Parts: sequence; structure tokens; C-alpha cells
Amino acid sequence: MWNTVFPYILSGISVGGQYALIAIGYTMVYGILRLINFAHGDVFMVAGIIMVYMAASGVPLWLCIPLVLVLTALIGFVIERVAYKPLRTAPRMSAMISAIGVSYTLQNLVLYITGGLNQIYPTIPWISDSVTIFGATTKMVTIITPFLTIILVVALVMLINHTKIGMAMRAVSRDFETSQLMGIKINSVISMTFVIGTFLAGVASVLYFTNYTTVIQTSGAMPGLKAFVAAVFGGIGSIPGAVVGAFIIGIAENIIKGLDIILFKAGILSGPVGLATFSDAFTFALLIIILAVKPTGLFGEKTTDKV
Amino acid sequence: MKKVLAIVLAMMLVLSAAAMAETVKIGVYEPASGDSGAGGKQEMLGMQYANKETPTVEIGGTTYDVELVYADNGSSTDKAPSAAQQLVSEGVSVVLGSYGSGVSIAGSQYFADANIPAIGVTCTNPQVTAGNDHYFRICFLDPFQGTVLANYASKELGATTAYCLGELGNDYDQGLLTYFKQAFEGLGGTAIVESFPTGTADFTSYLTNAANYGAQVFFCPVSIAYSTQIVQQAASQGATFPILGSDTLDSNVVAEAAKGTNVAVIITTFYQEGATPAFDEGFKAWLNEDSEAMTNNGGNDMISAVSAMGYDAYYTALEALKAAGSTDAAAVKAALPSVTLTGVSGAIAFDETGDAIRDAAFIKKINNETGDWEFVTEQTVE
Amino acid sequence: MSNSLTKKKIDSATIISAVIVLCLYVAVFIAEQFIPATSMLFTVLKKGATYALVAVSMNLCNGFTGIFSLGQAGFMLIGAYVYGIFTIPLAARMDVYQYYNGGLVQFVLPWFIAMILGGLAAAFFAFLIGLPVLRLKSDYLAIATLGFAEIIRALFQWDKLGPVTNGSNMLRLFPTFNDFNVRGAEGQVTVYLSTLVPLLIAGVCIGVIILLINSTFGRALKAIRDDEIAAEAMGIRLASHKRLAFCISSFFAGVGGAMLAMYQTTVQAKSFTTAMTYEILLIVVIGGIGSVTGSCISSFLFVAASEWWLRFLDQKQMIGNFEVPLLRNGFRLVVFSIIIMIVVLFFRQGIMGTKELPDLIRNWQRKGKGKEATSK
Repeated sequence: MWNTVFPYILSGISVGGQYALIAIGYTMVYGILRLINFAHGDVFMVAGIIMVYMAASGVPLWLCIPLVLVLTALIGFVIERVAYKPLRTAPRMSAMISAIGVSYTLQNLVLYITGGLNQIYPTIPWISDSVTIFGATTKMVTIITPFLTIILVVALVMLINHTKIGMAMRAVSRDFETSQLMGIKINSVISMTFVIGTFLAGVASVLYFTNYTTVIQTSGAMPGLKAFVAAVFGGIGSIPGAVVGAFIIGIAENIIKGLDIILFKAGILSGPVGLATFSDAFTFALLIIILAVKPTGLFGEKTTDKV
Repeated sequence: MKKVLAIVLAMMLVLSAAAMAETVKIGVYEPASGDSGAGGKQEMLGMQYANKETPTVEIGGTTYDVELVYADNGSSTDKAPSAAQQLVSEGVSVVLGSYGSGVSIAGSQYFADANIPAIGVTCTNPQVTAGNDHYFRICFLDPFQGTVLANYASKELGATTAYCLGELGNDYDQGLLTYFKQAFEGLGGTAIVESFPTGTADFTSYLTNAANYGAQVFFCPVSIAYSTQIVQQAASQGATFPILGSDTLDSNVVAEAAKGTNVAVIITTFYQEGATPAFDEGFKAWLNEDSEAMTNNGGNDMISAVSAMGYDAYYTALEALKAAGSTDAAAVKAALPSVTLTGVSGAIAFDETGDAIRDAAFIKKINNETGDWEFVTEQTVE
Repeated sequence: MSNSLTKKKIDSATIISAVIVLCLYVAVFIAEQFIPATSMLFTVLKKGATYALVAVSMNLCNGFTGIFSLGQAGFMLIGAYVYGIFTIPLAARMDVYQYYNGGLVQFVLPWFIAMILGGLAAAFFAFLIGLPVLRLKSDYLAIATLGFAEIIRALFQWDKLGPVTNGSNMLRLFPTFNDFNVRGAEGQVTVYLSTLVPLLIAGVCIGVIILLINSTFGRALKAIRDDEIAAEAMGIRLASHKRLAFCISSFFAGVGGAMLAMYQTTVQAKSFTTAMTYEILLIVVIGGIGSVTGSCISSFLFVAASEWWLRFLDQKQMIGNFEVPLLRNGFRLVVFSIIIMIVVLFFRQGIMGTKELPDLIRNWQRKGKGKEATSK
């Protein structure tokens, strides 16, 4: 049984770690601006495209990766300044619509540049190599992802808890206006949040596309949505929550893909019934259930609405 | 706003004026973007090369310039209607395409309503031509291809369990899966069929499924985008089963993905490089001259079967125009059933449903060291 | 007394608006008889009518009630499928359900009934999903409805439901807009109605929505949008009002889905993605959130621009010997996205804000009177 299930869990942990890195961007932005940044998944995709073009133009790979991360963070910064900042006083719906607009724009821009064709992601040495672990063969990146994710999250939590900018972020997410009165430079805090979020999405893109090797304009949509669900599932605003949620979703969706055979081997099913069709839908079912039962998510704080 | 409108209108006038010269329009209804974009572009290359080779046609004693009118159906059935409608409104005499059966079926009704004939190039689902009199095609069909592949899997590879994977909602994939399963189970094997949602990038769990079912062959008649990922992920998972594919996998992109790995990839296709040396040489020379064409071919000058088919489709259309003696779509439609010619991919003639009379498919496999396609055998089914 | 307060008198502006709409219909009817049926104009009108209905239904939810729902594509899918499943002629079922032995459903309903049924099915699903979801706050609600649409899409693609839904394969060969054309004995078209009928269907549905918005119920919805707590304090029952509005909106989205099926001539679950919902949302935003007229105008503009007027941006264009730079496949969408971003950022009111056609006419009348007054 273990041998049957283990490869799915392995795939799940790997993709879960990548979702986690994307989810952090969602949860931080939501924590501060109360904005679902629908374009976040697309920024993740754009990071992949930048890597493809940069590697193709002959920049050495060791230089590509840091450059991609910096550029991605820059894109996050610019998007916030151009598309969200002007709408900060507008109703929340306007900012969300703007986010959808940015998502649409990024996808179309990439469609135009790539001609709508799949781009092959460059092979990064070492992390693309195959390894065998407990009888399952996979790419090195699968093993590295969860560890890297945890290291980055710990670093981030430390940044938030022990630095000045971290304290400012916490203050702004607690009370936007009061912290402004306290002399916190709201704009730079928000920019910093976007920069950190998109930087992590950039890291996620390197890991994700090394694993799945092709990038197209719609590559970011599904991982983005799933990462958002993970953030809600874990309790939006909570970074550890987002990470736990992401791993749960990653593992669950991969197990669903193999559920037919697992149940078949366990003697519950007599033949395949096509449950793999629901691998994406399951994530959303989970979302609706958690929202109906515990709208604040696993680790979310109880908030009271002010009249 | 008014100014913009004025400019747009002016441009339309200029365009339509340019088209006033003796020109016959052939619609190219192909995906230039989306999952099948790479294949669609290679199919178009065949037509473009043919158009460059023979840019004029003599219809009823007058020499016409042939103009290819492109419409991108975006590999998706919801973008197909407006692409089809665009060609109809341009007044094309005949339509070529599409790569992918689903989009062909989705556009079909629009051509039917306008009484324009369409020549399917590599859309192999029987439903494309069934039940209508305007859709023709020059390639073989899924029941045939599925049977050939099942025979090969069972007899040559000695497989008893096959894992079959296709894309949800892709008529091409689903059709082939069904016919393969039928034929394979008829030969005494077991076929497990699963489907993945559009946009899937992570195939590792499906590959694990195949291993868990104890499959000896992995059949995935999916578009180029997915097949390259499957091949690469199979390689990094150390998959031991060979990957069996259909004509969509016949692309240098897939061969490139399998290069340097241990994954065996075997496919059926329409054309094998070297069958018509004159065409091969000319086509390669053109690719090497034209950098844009080279990019569309995936960066090297390997000839994909779909390009050869696109080339043949263009000449089929020219023959139909000549036989019709007019650029009128209805006349071309009436002339098409009796058109015959010898194309680079073999002899072309239509049966009463509008399908090509073909009974042979090429089987090719990838040489993992060089990343080239190698000819295995030519297979027919009684 | 309450009657005299709530009853609006029908003023001249309303009548003028009605006349304008009527004239447009007559114009379409005449145009259809004389302009070749292959013209892009009719494609735009057909698709525009479909999108207008869906956009207005989304506006009812998002603009007038303040329920930020992103489930539109899911409800359209239900409407389209129900329509398709019940209207495919029996003779064609063997072809369509080729892998499922002709399918389970072995009877045919008239197109009109199937369309209504599609709407009802969508409303029923809306009711179900509304139970857990409508209690949520704006953005949670958005993401939950969006997730719901994804679940529906997977469900309709499930192989085990194949005998009904044809699995993930296409439904086709059902009656389409072109079947509204009146044909003579030899199959030649005598009266073209293929554009007028969809416009009429959309018109009637939108008319019903307008009546609804202007009723007591509609005003209650607006109150909820403006301030839930105040509305509740005024005695409006939040839950039931919201649920009803959500179901009605979904009903019309379902009917719109059926129209989309007729327009596309095929239905496939795969194409009802979140991208479709976003597109409709952007139409609503461009038109003005809270304006029916705006949604209609922007639907036609959006469709015309994307399918027709801006097509030339996707192809190489030569002015003399000069090749216009940047133009190639996909450029149209880039231009389009930039226009949308400009509207979203700088013209947040959209084309109409919250105004309607009669409001505009009233404005003109007032201005006219003002001028007369000053000139005298």
C-alpha cells in the first residue's frame, strides 16, 4: 500500500511547496490591503517567461535566476503602483476588478510575445537531475522544494516578527488608518509587501517550471487560484496557515489523481470510475466547505465587523 | 472615437481594394496559438510553402493569384465560431484545416451555412466529415489509427495492459482513446482510460497510475504541448514503459524532449521524411532561408508530417478550383468529391463521406541519441 | 397612498427610449433582409445579444444587489447543456453520443421550453450553492462562486455522467440561430430572422430584469447594496432577498448560456472557463456597474471590437510599402487589455455610470429647456 501511495504524496509535497510560495504573496497582500490579487498567479507565469527569454538570449543560468527574481519583484512593485494604488480609496470591488484587468493584460501580453506557443523552460543543472527516494524516482527539485519553502517561510516569519519593516507590516494589517497616524509610511510598507510576495512567486516559478518544463500564458491561472484557495483554507492573513493549506491541497489533489487505483488496490472499487476528473474541482469543493464551516480558515483570527 | 472609426473604415476600404485584382481566396482555419498552436503552425508552413511554389492557379482560362486568408481558432472550440465566421465574411472559396478535430467540428456549421467546402488536413475524428457534405479530409481516420496502434502495442510490443491518457473535452484525444481501447480489448488486452483537465502541467501522478496498474505501454494521443511534458516527466521518473502516440506527437519538439533520455516514443503518422526527396529538399531550403518559418517549425529544419499534409491540402484545393472552373464556393464544393491527385504523402481520393481513401500509416520512433525520428514500418489494416 | 408614492408615471423620456429600441429592432430586421448573411455585422449582433443578456444578469447580482459573484460561466454552462441535451434531434443522437450509444435522453423538447428549462436548472443550482455561500463577505463570495463554476465544469465532464452530458465531448447538431430563418419549399431562405430572434429573446429577458429592478423588490436590493445593516433595520429580509436575486440572475445567465449554445452551434464544458466570467465582468465594468443600458452598449461594443473592428491588428498591414510594426497575432488582445485597464483606472464610472437611457434623454430635455429659457 505504501509503495502505491508514496509517489502521489511525493508529487503532492513538491507541488504543495510551490503553491505555498505563491500563497504567501496572496495572504500577505490580503492581510494588508484586503485585496485578492488575482494577478499574482500571472506574475508567477511572467517570471517563467522572463527566464525562458533570458536563457535563450545567452545569459548564463547562474545569473538568470537572481535576475529573474529581481525583475519579478520589480514587476510586483510596478503593478501595485500603477494598478492598485490609485484605487486605494475606491470601493474594494474596484481594486479587485483592477486585479482581474491586470491578470487579463499580463496574459494577453505574454500571448502576444510568445505567439501563444508553449515555451520550453531551460534545464537548470543539478535540480533537474533524477533521484530515487524510497523506491520512487523523481526530480531533485521535488525533494528540494519543501525544504526551501520551509527555510524561506522561517526567514519571512522572522522578518515580520523581528524587524522594523515587519512590525510596520503587522501594524498596517491590524489597523490601516491608525498606523498611518502613527507615522508609518503606508506606501512603502505596501510596496514592500508586494515585493516580498512577488519575489517568493519568482522562486516558486523557478521550482515549478523546472519540474513541469513548459510555460504558456495560462500557466499561472490554475496554480494561482489553487494557491489562493490554500491561503483561504489556512486562514487568510496567516503565513503558516497558507503554507499548511498549500501542502494539504497539493497532496490531496495528487492523491485524487490516483484515487481510482488506490481504492482499487484497497479492494473498495471494482474498476476505474474516473475520479481523476475531479482533481481540480476537489480544491474548490474544499474551499466551499471550509468557508461554510469555518470562514476564517484553519488558523485565521476571528474578526468582528465594525458597523 | 470618430477619427479612429474613420481610420478603421479607411483601412478596410484599402484592403478590399487591394483584393480587387484577380484573386482567389483560400481560407486557412488553423490554430496559431493555444495547446495545438505549434502543430497548427507547422501545418500552415506546408500550405505557405506550397503557396510560394505555386502562387497562381488557372481557373476557367483566367490566371488567379492565390491568397491565403488566415484565421486563428486558438485551439479552442469557443474561439472557433468567430474564426470560422471571419473566413466566411472574407468570402473564401474553400477552407483548409484544422489541426485538431474539435475545432473543425466547432467551425463546421458556419462553413455549411455559407455553403463553403472545407478540406480537413489532419483532423482524424470520424465526426468531422460524418453527416455533412461540405467537409472533406485528406488524412486517415481515428478508427484506423487506433486499430493500427492497438495492433502494434499488442503484437509488436507484447503489451497486455495499456494505460491510456487523454485531455478532457478534446474530441481528437477522446476519439482515439475509444477506438484504441476497442481494438486493444478485442485483441485480449486490458486498457485503462483516464483523462486530465485542460491546462494540466503535472503528469507525475498519471505516470504513477500507469506504473501502479502495471501497464506495459503508455498511450497518450495528446497535443504537442502535453506530450512534451509527459515525455520529459516520464524520463525523470525513470518510466520503463514505452510511450505510444498518434500523429500529433510527430513533431521535432517532441523528439527534442526525448533526446538524451531512455524513454521510447513510438507513433503513427502520415509521412516519413525521405518519401519525396524533391519536396523535402525544397521545403528545407525554404525553412533555412526564411527565419520566421524556421521559428514556426520549432527552430530546426526537420519536416513534420503535418507540413507535408498541409502541402498536399493546398494542391487538393487548387485541383478543386481548376475542376470547378470558378471561384464560387458552391462550385468548388460540387467539384471536390471527384478530385484526385498524387501528393507527397500518397495518392488522394475521396470516398462518399468525403474521407480520403487511405489504408496505410507510417510507424516511427524517436532515436534517443540523435533526437531524430526513425522509420519503423508501414502498417495497413484489413 | 403608498401606491401613489411608488408608482412612477411614465414620462416622455421612457416613451422616447422605447421608440428608440423599437427603431433599432426594425433597422436590424431590414438590414438582415438586404445585407448578405455572411457579414460580420450579424455575428456581432448575435453574440452581442447573448453577452448583453449575460452581462445584465451579472449586473443584477453585482451591480444592483452587491453580491460579487464570479460564477457566471458555471450557470451559463448549465443553461447551455440543458438546452443542448433536450433539443438534439433524435436522429442525430447516435452521432453526437457516439461513445455512449445514443445517450439516455430519448426525447426532444421545443427550443423555447429547453431554454427556459436551462434557466431553471441554473437557478436551481444557484439556490443550492447559495445556501452556504451567500452568507459570505464580498471577496470570499467571489472566490467561492468562482470555485463553484470550476466544480460544475468538472462534473459535466465526468465520464460516468456521459450518457446524459456526453462526457467531455461536444454536444452539437441542436437547433441554432440560423434555424429561425424562414425557408421556402426548396430550402432557400425567404425571410431572415436569425439575428432578430436572438435580439428579441435578449430584449424580452432584459425587459423583465428592468421591470424587476424598478419594482419594490428591486429597490430593496439596491438598499441592500448600499448598506446591508441599514436595509435590515428597515425590515428587509437579507437572506431571502439575496437568495432570490442570486437565483434570478442565474436563471438569466442560464438562458444566456442556451443562447450562447445556439450562437456557437456546439457546446463543450471545456470552454466555460473563469476567463469567460472575467470577460463578462469586464463588459459590466466598461458599461458601468449598476446600469442596464451600459451593460447592453458595452456588450455590443466589446464584441464588435474584439471580433470585427480590431481584427486588423492581428494581421500584417501594409500602408504602401511600409509595414506597420508590432502588428501580429495577439496584438488585438494587447490593445484591448490596455483599453480595459484605462477604463478601470481612470473612467471608473464606465460608459454610463449608473444612468439609464431615459435618464440621458431627460438630461437632454432639461438642457434643451434651459437653452430655450436663456435664449428667451
